[in-house]
Amino acid sequence: MSAEATVVEKELKVEKKPAEAFLSKRRKNIVTDPLSDDNPITIQVLGICSALAVTVKLEPTLVMSIAVVFVIVFANLIISLMRNLIPGRIRIIVQLAVVATLVTLVSEFLKAYSYDMYKVLGAYVGLIITNCIVMGRLEAFAMANKPYDSILDGLGSGFGYAWIILTVAFFRELLGSGSIFDFKIFEAIGWTTFPTNGLMVDSIGAFVVLGILIWIQRSKSGYVEH
Amino acid sequence: MEVFNIALRGIFIDNMIFAYYLGMCSFLAVSKKVETAFGLGLAVVFVLTLTVPVNWLLQEYVLKEGALTWIDGSFESIDLTFLQFIMFIAVIASMVQLVEMIIEKLSPALYGSLGIFLPLIAVNCAILGSSLFMVQKDYNIIEATSYGFGSGFGFFLAIIALAAIRERLKYSKVPPGLKGLGITMLITGLMGLAFKAFIGIAL
Repeated sequence: MSAEATVVEKELKVEKKPAEAFLSKRRKNIVTDPLSDDNPITIQVLGICSALAVTVKLEPTLVMSIAVVFVIVFANLIISLMRNLIPGRIRIIVQLAVVATLVTLVSEFLKAYSYDMYKVLGAYVGLIITNCIVMGRLEAFAMANKPYDSILDGLGSGFGYAWIILTVAFFRELLGSGSIFDFKIFEAIGWTTFPTNGLMVDSIGAFVVLGILIWIQRSKSGYVEH
Repeated sequence: MEVFNIALRGIFIDNMIFAYYLGMCSFLAVSKKVETAFGLGLAVVFVLTLTVPVNWLLQEYVLKEGALTWIDGSFESIDLTFLQFIMFIAVIASMVQLVEMIIEKLSPALYGSLGIFLPLIAVNCAILGSSLFMVQKDYNIIEATSYGFGSGFGFFLAIIALAAIRERLKYSKVPPGLKGLGITMLITGLMGLAFKAFIGIAL
């Protein structure tokens, strides 16, 4: 009984505080931090697998980004709503079940409306389940925060992930295939002999482009790993 | 021979890290020391060799279209493939839990050295990835087991090689922004280039 009473008291105390602004400074930071200073890929080293695998061309990368943003936001929301109901010991399985359900939705949606894209992305849609960013945000943020903040956090991390993989894809498609969104940019400006680089289409190009991107991003934000 | 070739292909040509970029998170995060990399690598080999055949059975006898006919002929039109992700991940999570308990019971020393890495394996993309690729490749159960072992061993080799390089790297002067992840990505790229040498080999 006493434990229950303290919980009720706590809830009352929270209610007495003046409501936080819809987009207060703290909440803005939740969204903007993952974009540069706390980027999931370049700083936290999460979600690298899909960052490399789907970035050969811009179009699948864009679809992948949208899928990941969708999954992170809704997984964060659902887990945040259930955070007080989930027993600590089986939380990983509960989180995986929620994420797997959302990913199944995305996968079935793609299969129905854009079968070509589904073929291109293949197993990598399923691998959003084990994308460390999703699990990391659930574990680190949604389990301890309110639903609205969790949605913002999901948006921030999702977009932080999206702009990095889109940048990688931009350079890989430009240098590897000489095109942007399948538009042959070099042919359009009359440079038909542009030498496309096979390494950029390959995994090696992905590693190198991302490595250099990380270098630039970290030099700018002044983050040094020890 | 075919079985042996599938394992070899998984280790060198279709290497999980260098060809499919799977399991990168733990590959990058746990490769600072050879000793820990060895532990994680072993655990991955172990879990992959077990989960791929289990998921194969699941796919063959529960999920595939018409797979449920062994219960009753009228189930022929049932296609449960859309449950694939959730079933596979459940199998992986519970297998990891099971393996953890077995190792703890049988060999506390090994358990101590693997310790924190075991639960982490449940969210290693390489594990789920191999199961999904196994479905695409249409293997039988022995081939699937061999594929699971092969891709696990490929991951094991890659992570140990990277850890050994990174241990040496501690004594070199790396530009501050490139330290850690940046230089590791570039090195992985170079290692990938070396692994490309295997691609011409037809098995």
